[in-house]
Amino acid sequence: MAFRVLVVDDSKLARMAVAKALNALRPDWIRVEASNADEAMALVRQEPVQMALLDFNMPGRDGLTLASELRALDPVMPVAVISANHQEEVVIRAREVGTTFLPKPLTEQAMSAFLDQAAPTSRSDQR
Amino acid sequence: MMPGPEPLLNELELDALTELVNLGVSRAALSLREMVGEQVLLSVPNVSLVSRDAATVILREREASRLVAVHQSFQGDITGRALLIFPETKSLELVRAVTGGELPLEDIIELEPEALAETGNIILNGCLATIANMLQRSLKVSLPEILRGDSHDVFSLSPPSQLGDIVMFIYIDFAVRDRDVNGYIAMLMDMPSLAVLKGLLGDFIYRTTGGSAAGLHA
Repeated sequence: MAFRVLVVDDSKLARMAVAKALNALRPDWIRVEASNADEAMALVRQEPVQMALLDFNMPGRDGLTLASELRALDPVMPVAVISANHQEEVVIRAREVGTTFLPKPLTEQAMSAFLDQAAPTSRSDQR
Repeated sequence: MMPGPEPLLNELELDALTELVNLGVSRAALSLREMVGEQVLLSVPNVSLVSRDAATVILREREASRLVAVHQSFQGDITGRALLIFPETKSLELVRAVTGGELPLEDIIELEPEALAETGNIILNGCLATIANMLQRSLKVSLPEILRGDSHDVFSLSPPSQLGDIVMFIYIDFAVRDRDVNGYIAMLMDMPSLAVLKGLLGDFIYRTTGGSAAGLHA
């Protein structure tokens, strides 16, 4: 079954940047994109995803709120929250809802580290 | 509402600019957090480009009271002025938020210009420095200056208005210690600067979305 990853960011450019990194690192994954929390929840209810990459700062509900909602549907799915705002409070909240905090602008290196830990490729899969 | 100038930036360029402003404002929030010792929420819901006249009208229609602005000019490949604008009634609220709200009113009033200049400096420099870094250019930024007046005064700084002057108009939502202050960031530039900005945004989009190795054609 294809691995489906949800990418949520109100900026199209930011979604394109995530897409670029994903294409380089996990080219066989299917990307599901949304520009806000409502759209994201609608997509996930239609068909589940196996991972979520969320922007923190979005109009409407922020990435951490969306992360909690996704958690309620799937308590074990790896979720990363991407933000330039790495104030302690945000990083702590990100940890509290069981997500990984990734700094913005997102580098391929940071993304790669998160993917290796959250979803090892079949070659390095230790499970 | 007056119509703006024809779309000078395409949708993706405006998206990229909004993303850069958000990055800058997030960095500024981080610096402000150091200053006030508590979480600072700064968000930028919307960025639009309008003519200088349209910006004056928008601001006059939205804010009936007198305004206070922190002003800094910037120089480099892109030259212009950056302004952080609040209704004057909100500026004391901002100072209270930043200083902790325990001070008596006369101290708040006395501190207001300095606290405003420092806050403005952090927010405007955060935006300008981030934009410059991400676009791989450098900008020289002047010291902050406080302006008071109506929207016309705020936008009619010398040199006199050029016909094609453009204002990048940014709504900003600022919250600290349960105090919420809405204001504006305005970046004023002329057409040649906007053309340079457009080119730099194009390069930035190219780098971000997959130009990678071949991206350094600037």
